[in-house]
Amino acid sequence: MKVLVCISKTPDTTAKIAFTEGNTKFDENGVQWIINPYDEWYSLVRAIELKEQDATTIIHLVTVGAADSEPIIRKALALGGDEAIRVNINSNDSFEVASQIAAIAKEGAYDLIFTGKETIDYNSACIGSMLSALLDMPFVSSANHFELAGNTAKIKREIEGGEETCELNLPAVISCQKGMAEQRIPNMRGIMAARTKPLKIVEPISVTATTTIKNFELPAAKTGVKLVDANNMDELVRLLKEEAKVI
Amino acid sequence: MVLVFIDQAEKQIKKSAFEVLSYGAALAKQLGCAAEALVLGNVNDDLAALGKYGVTKVHQVSSEGVQHFDAKVYTHVIAAAAQKTGASVIIFAHSINGKAIAPAVAVKLGAGIVTGASALPKTDAGFTVTKTVFSGKAFASIQIETPIKVVALNQNSFGVFTQEGNATVEAIDVAIPSPSIKITATELVKGEIPLTEANIVVSAGRGLKGPENWGMIETLAKTLGAATACSRPVSDSDWRPHHEHVGQTGLQIAPNLYIAVGISGAIQHLAGVNRSKTIVVINKDPEAPFFKAADYGVIGDAFEIVPALNEAILKSKAGA
Repeated sequence: MKVLVCISKTPDTTAKIAFTEGNTKFDENGVQWIINPYDEWYSLVRAIELKEQDATTIIHLVTVGAADSEPIIRKALALGGDEAIRVNINSNDSFEVASQIAAIAKEGAYDLIFTGKETIDYNSACIGSMLSALLDMPFVSSANHFELAGNTAKIKREIEGGEETCELNLPAVISCQKGMAEQRIPNMRGIMAARTKPLKIVEPISVTATTTIKNFELPAAKTGVKLVDANNMDELVRLLKEEAKVI
Repeated sequence: MVLVFIDQAEKQIKKSAFEVLSYGAALAKQLGCAAEALVLGNVNDDLAALGKYGVTKVHQVSSEGVQHFDAKVYTHVIAAAAQKTGASVIIFAHSINGKAIAPAVAVKLGAGIVTGASALPKTDAGFTVTKTVFSGKAFASIQIETPIKVVALNQNSFGVFTQEGNATVEAIDVAIPSPSIKITATELVKGEIPLTEANIVVSAGRGLKGPENWGMIETLAKTLGAATACSRPVSDSDWRPHHEHVGQTGLQIAPNLYIAVGISGAIQHLAGVNRSKTIVVINKDPEAPFFKAADYGVIGDAFEIVPALNEAILKSKAGA
């Protein structure tokens, strides 16, 4: 079985969010980059577990980004995976990114494509869904459990107020979230091995972007917390009722 | 025409649908065109009554193949219905199902998409949508460059608006592809309000010291008609079920009122709740970072404050 795991580079969860060039670009100054947590902790680790169950499983990682994505993809390879592909283009348009991955997926004839449920920078949650349309494959989103028996996958996904279990036949696209697997830390052997694993650089296919980011803005700062005396909960109830009007 | 996708589960229209209807109707008014709705599956709700949210027509597909959510099938049917009805903008809720299908529908229609929209698009020159990015820490204005547009609206970001009016309900005939998945079980947490749909959420963290102390949180939630939630360390220690975890890697919620008890407010937790309209923080540590993100704060012992708050709400309810 061949698995393609989509990896995105995102700012660390604690990174300071600021913008430059007249609020049109994310300020990368001093930003620590990480593998998007949903891609790393859930989809990549689950793929590695599948390979541990069945050693014939082949895992390829794909990322869409310029050369500065390489430390991230090497870190992902240190966790596991047989080889990585980097499509050499920076894009903020989900359709353009999904189209690049779809081109790789078609060529590699993968049985299973894992994405994170969203990236923590643009929070668009688009890539998995778009891949399913581009590749004409079934799609299960927000999966928190994935088991494979032969060609049949049994998947649990989050729904509003509960959980749904479904089955499907591969190939399929799955977006992964918490519950799929436990976070792992790369060990020294993995880090050494990652240095020699193949990292293929592929030039992008030509796609017309469907969206353009015009500018960014930061939310208006909170006016400051209004402190209520711990012995005066009647006052808090009054404020919630009359000022905030939320109860 | 603006076409609004109405999501349903168990034959019931989801709460998020009323907000996207209101949003779609407001956008149609701005564009000077009609707003219509699309429902897949049979529902118990009165579809004509959706007119009060501003749509003139409700298209319904009621074939057997669309009674249950199947992302691939839904994508195909919605895209076909959008083409057949001549929709130029298609609106979804940025909900679990909306996230699964809206981007795929956009691909099928050759449309640009913005998900996580937080306000009405600006349409005076082009079509620019503001969305939340960096887990609610910033906004981006994104221009959609294609003739057909898809927008997925963040839940609880626009509001529900009603007026007088009835919609006409029409069956729409589109080809239904064969199922791509087989649903084998659906488990709903009984008797609880789904966290993502709750108007009020009472949440607690490590400050409660142990799972045995959650009684007062549940009592307060019950008094407020609220859902309960927790921070990551709490669900990681199995004090509370994992589906209650809100934060960067858990659920992202945007209730009208979020009450955080004994949660310090780490940046990863804030990422899950910072779109809440009003935040109340109860914490004994006056330096807890959560106070910076709060609207109202109470510094002190949660074990005294939470029961007192519960009493004060009961008293206020009895008086009103």
